[in-house]
Amino acid sequence: MAKITYADAAKRAIAEEMRADPTVWAVGEDLGRGGVFGQYKGLPEEFGPERIADAPISEACIMGAAVGAAMMGTRPIVEMRFSDFALCAIDELVNQAAKARFMFGGQAKVPLVVREPIGMWRSSAAQHSQSLESWYAHIPGLVVVCPATPADNYGLMKTAIRNDDPVVYMEHKNLWGLEGDIDDAPAAIPFGKARVARAGKDATLVAWSATVHAALEAAGELAKEGREIEVVDLRCLWPWDRETVLASVRKTGRLLIAHEAVRVGGFGAEIAAVVAEEAHGALKAPVRRVGSPRAPIAYAPPLEDLLRVTPATIARAARGLFA
Amino acid sequence: MPSSNSAPRNFDAARYRAFYRTMWRIRLFEEAAIRAVADKLVLGAIHPSIGQEAVAVGVCGNLAREDAMLSTHRGHGHTLAKGADSLAMMRELFGREGGTCHGKGGSMHIADFGVGMLGANGVVGANIVIAVGAAHAIKLKRENRIVCCLFGDGAINRGPFMEGLNWAGVWKLPVLFVCEDNGFAASTRTRAMTSGEGPAARARALGIPAEEIDGNDAALVDETAKRLIGEVRGGGGPRFLVTKTYRLTGHTGVDPAAYRPKEEVEAKWKDDPIARLGAALIAAGLSQADLDAERRAASAEMDGAYAAARETPWPPERRAYEDVQDAGDPRVAAF
Repeated sequence: MAKITYADAAKRAIAEEMRADPTVWAVGEDLGRGGVFGQYKGLPEEFGPERIADAPISEACIMGAAVGAAMMGTRPIVEMRFSDFALCAIDELVNQAAKARFMFGGQAKVPLVVREPIGMWRSSAAQHSQSLESWYAHIPGLVVVCPATPADNYGLMKTAIRNDDPVVYMEHKNLWGLEGDIDDAPAAIPFGKARVARAGKDATLVAWSATVHAALEAAGELAKEGREIEVVDLRCLWPWDRETVLASVRKTGRLLIAHEAVRVGGFGAEIAAVVAEEAHGALKAPVRRVGSPRAPIAYAPPLEDLLRVTPATIARAARGLFA
Repeated sequence: MPSSNSAPRNFDAARYRAFYRTMWRIRLFEEAAIRAVADKLVLGAIHPSIGQEAVAVGVCGNLAREDAMLSTHRGHGHTLAKGADSLAMMRELFGREGGTCHGKGGSMHIADFGVGMLGANGVVGANIVIAVGAAHAIKLKRENRIVCCLFGDGAINRGPFMEGLNWAGVWKLPVLFVCEDNGFAASTRTRAMTSGEGPAARARALGIPAEEIDGNDAALVDETAKRLIGEVRGGGGPRFLVTKTYRLTGHTGVDPAAYRPKEEVEAKWKDDPIARLGAALIAAGLSQADLDAERRAASAEMDGAYAAARETPWPPERRAYEDVQDAGDPRVAAF
């Protein structure tokens, strides 16, 4: 067992896959300097400018070129810098990458890993802070991954690179420096397998990405009050692990979903709806959801903080499950 | 634009006789497809390229099978000229099993990767960035293939045009861009909606050598494409070819194109690229009977494709859920 940061864990997975498979390459703005968050640091030196390729500020072309390069037998890792900027490449991702395999009757596969850093950090305002994962979960053809821990960022990145379809891979900007344990010989983590981050019998709390850590803190608070909360880290929004969530809810009878994204139309609504359809009889209390208000994210810290999903907001909602 | 109805220098009659047949194959494929729209056998939109056949044969006639080609919503001609099977294409338009894409794409998403045809596209200009990526992969893999990307004059006003040409120029990628300038962006005259001097000027501004030719002269398109493709294949980086042509029918199979004066269209029919190549072949010594034989062969092929496509069953239901993606069950909890 060793320690590794969230950023380095993904980088280690990329480096290993690039060593093993010469068709894997990465392309995006500023990669030659190690990426805007340093998440490629050292890779240009090892793999050279062809395989860790700089790109112009042309998100549509970065994504579109990766689609073409994927159809021609390479496995591009596409760096979008901020998930907000990936909106410049929505046609390329949604109309082209996600649909090519289907539309062409299976003649083409588009193995892409689209790295889209998400989330609020500090004073980055409305165009550098969003969490848009639920948009992509809506699109047939895309995989959506939101890792919460360094070990998961390693294991899910391995699976993403080996996967034959486009993967929207959303890392949270606040987690880059997070340290965590990693096995000495870590394995790839399959898509669609949630992780029970904390076991409990009284309520189920589903989260993903950075919100998992806030959820664990909230569960710690509730434990002091005698409530044992089971925290499920969903890891992937598509495919998402219905079985683990439903089994947990059938055990606890209560469900809270917490995510940083805007609550309206967020993926929590999908989980709540499926639980209502499949496990209604097991529910002892109405399902609750915590998410951001439906307002653009403000720059000023006190205003920005109003929108944050925090351990306190999650704990408050969790207490409501027992009211 | 100079006309070249007499046989020019180095006129290769055998080569152009084959072009002539392919041009008729394209024309008659599309006429059959328009009939099928009227007969309610083709239910989705089709975008005929009638009048633009010289570009398809002249450009694709210089591509090797392993070269990649990316086309547009108006792509039947390119696809046939690249070597796709007319019956598989007709089945695709009819939405039938045995179509190039199992009937899942239709006219706007025809692809035949087996002949290097990497897809028509329903989004104008979207193929440009995909094409430069295909070329990027070729360069990374040190292959000797090239990519040909065809698009219309309407595409030059989309962002991917600028981004894709810049990308190709930065990496000196093996791409031939072909702007098939038929004068119309859907039902709007492109020049009314285009600032500046047009496609060639824009390409040159991005550092890509560009030239503009009469796209209704099959032999001229052939000679020019051959030279430019040679330069691209030789490592010279991207090239840009503008072929001036005219869409003799409407934007879609049901568009009467009433926004164009009748006289304009009648005058353009006199510049029909098939008739022009036929005249050049006669001047080179072929007989009218030779030309009629080519047309009859093409006609028999396309009538056969129509009849066979009509008799072909629909795709089985499982096709609706095949090739969505490996992860997750697309049917989960839908109904």
